[in-house]
Amino acid sequence: MILAQLVFYLLAFVTVAAAVMVIAARNPVHSVLFLILAFFNSAGLFILLGAEFLGMLLVVVYVGAVAVLFLFVVMMLDINFVQLREGFLHYLPVGALVGLILLVELGLVFGSMALEPALGAAAGVAADGGATNTEAIGRLLYTDYFYLFQAAGIVLLVAMIGAMTLTMRHRPDAKRQDIGRQVRRRRSETLEVRKVPPRTGI
Amino acid sequence: MAEIFWGTIWPLILLVVYTLAIIVPLLVAVAYLTYAERKVIGGMQLRQGPMFVGPYGLLQPLADGVKLFFKETVIPSRANKGVFVIAPMLTFILALIGWAVIPFGDGLVLADINVGILYLFAVSSLGVYGIIMAGWASNSRYAFLGALRSSAQMISYEIAMGMIIISVLLTAGSLNLSDIVRAQAEQGWYVIWHFPMFMIFLVSILAETNRLPFDLPEDEASLVTGYNVEYSSMTFALFFLGEYANMILMSAMATILFLGGWLPPFDVAPFTWIPGPLWFILKICAVLFVYIWARATLPRYRYDQLMRLGWKVLLPISFGWLVLTAGVLVAFDLVPG
Repeated sequence: MILAQLVFYLLAFVTVAAAVMVIAARNPVHSVLFLILAFFNSAGLFILLGAEFLGMLLVVVYVGAVAVLFLFVVMMLDINFVQLREGFLHYLPVGALVGLILLVELGLVFGSMALEPALGAAAGVAADGGATNTEAIGRLLYTDYFYLFQAAGIVLLVAMIGAMTLTMRHRPDAKRQDIGRQVRRRRSETLEVRKVPPRTGI
Repeated sequence: MAEIFWGTIWPLILLVVYTLAIIVPLLVAVAYLTYAERKVIGGMQLRQGPMFVGPYGLLQPLADGVKLFFKETVIPSRANKGVFVIAPMLTFILALIGWAVIPFGDGLVLADINVGILYLFAVSSLGVYGIIMAGWASNSRYAFLGALRSSAQMISYEIAMGMIIISVLLTAGSLNLSDIVRAQAEQGWYVIWHFPMFMIFLVSILAETNRLPFDLPEDEASLVTGYNVEYSSMTFALFFLGEYANMILMSAMATILFLGGWLPPFDVAPFTWIPGPLWFILKICAVLFVYIWARATLPRYRYDQLMRLGWKVLLPISFGWLVLTAGVLVAFDLVPG
């Protein structure tokens, strides 16, 4: 058990330190890399809790795909670092407000769990029952919360299509390939053998 | 005291020994995979391949290793030094940690975790970081272009791979790699039931490990070897080792998912004499041969053709197959578990 505690403190410390570095790092790319480190360590925390499916999902979805695209965008941006620092005091109140709201909400959740133990017990339902993690989550998602789950899927789909329609533009001057047309081409249409008599041309 | 030793320290020592027992043969395999690649490509192009160092050039990988080891490590002065050095290490480590969950035989596995296939998928999807970090930290146009290509390519093909994996684990009814192989002992190898998916998986792992014909991140003709152009000596060697170790890991994944892992092809006398781990290695070698064969045979894809193939051809087919698999399993009441 000592080992598990040591691992927990290590993961928790790295998570918090990486999260601090996300906002403290001067270079935005370093910030994203620290964010990835924080994601990775929280996945480790999930696994330590016995929620291995959630842990792996966090790595596959957030670290493996979302953060890559994030990094992609940040690397492509041409950022003026001095300008980035200037607005810091200006945005500080807004950031502080968001932080405060999150803190209050977290406090409410844990406070209500402490006052009403049944709520906390409901959160632990998936962990027992003999079924594996994956099975428990699947059962919960596709039975009790089926409509909510589907609705979340539709929201994501709409957001995805919306992003595509907003950013897609057809440039008439751009050259495009029509794969179907290329595959349909036969030799008879493109190649012609002619006998050219000397000094006359075609 | 003795209790602490047998309870805590002894398992740790065993773990280190087991880990070394996997990593050391793996590194030897990586070295000789480069040799095999040159020999096979040489044979396909009517050349001899390496012949001078040792008998039949058998010591060539060692000579290459020693050469890279004694070269000078050059770090570009405008590079982002920390990230520049971390990138090759990350690539190499990620290529090694995937092996923790690979079952070499029945029960012969270091960590028999329940979400083994997800773990492998996660590790392979992290591989992109080594390349994208290297490309960015080098502070070089070619390296950066290579890194961008690589990240787009790996994300695109990962989705098709994910769909294929879901089809397989629907049929097996488990995310545990050993259980997937055991399910194939009863149901027959999935290369039979999921044959189109096996083909798509082979194409996807070529793209996922940035191998020809999809090696656009290092495309020497247009990007002068892309993301690793600024790397030299051991930092380059780590990228190289990582790439080849990843090839073997992906071949092992294909073997477990489709070719029945450690199972013999027929459960009758002459085949069952050969032990399971040996079958496993033989199958990995067969998939690796396909890798090298593709490299010797196919010309490189153009970048937009690569993206089209991933998104417009492989992804819809694997989605369709996933729906078909689920439909058949439900309709004929074959859902496992």
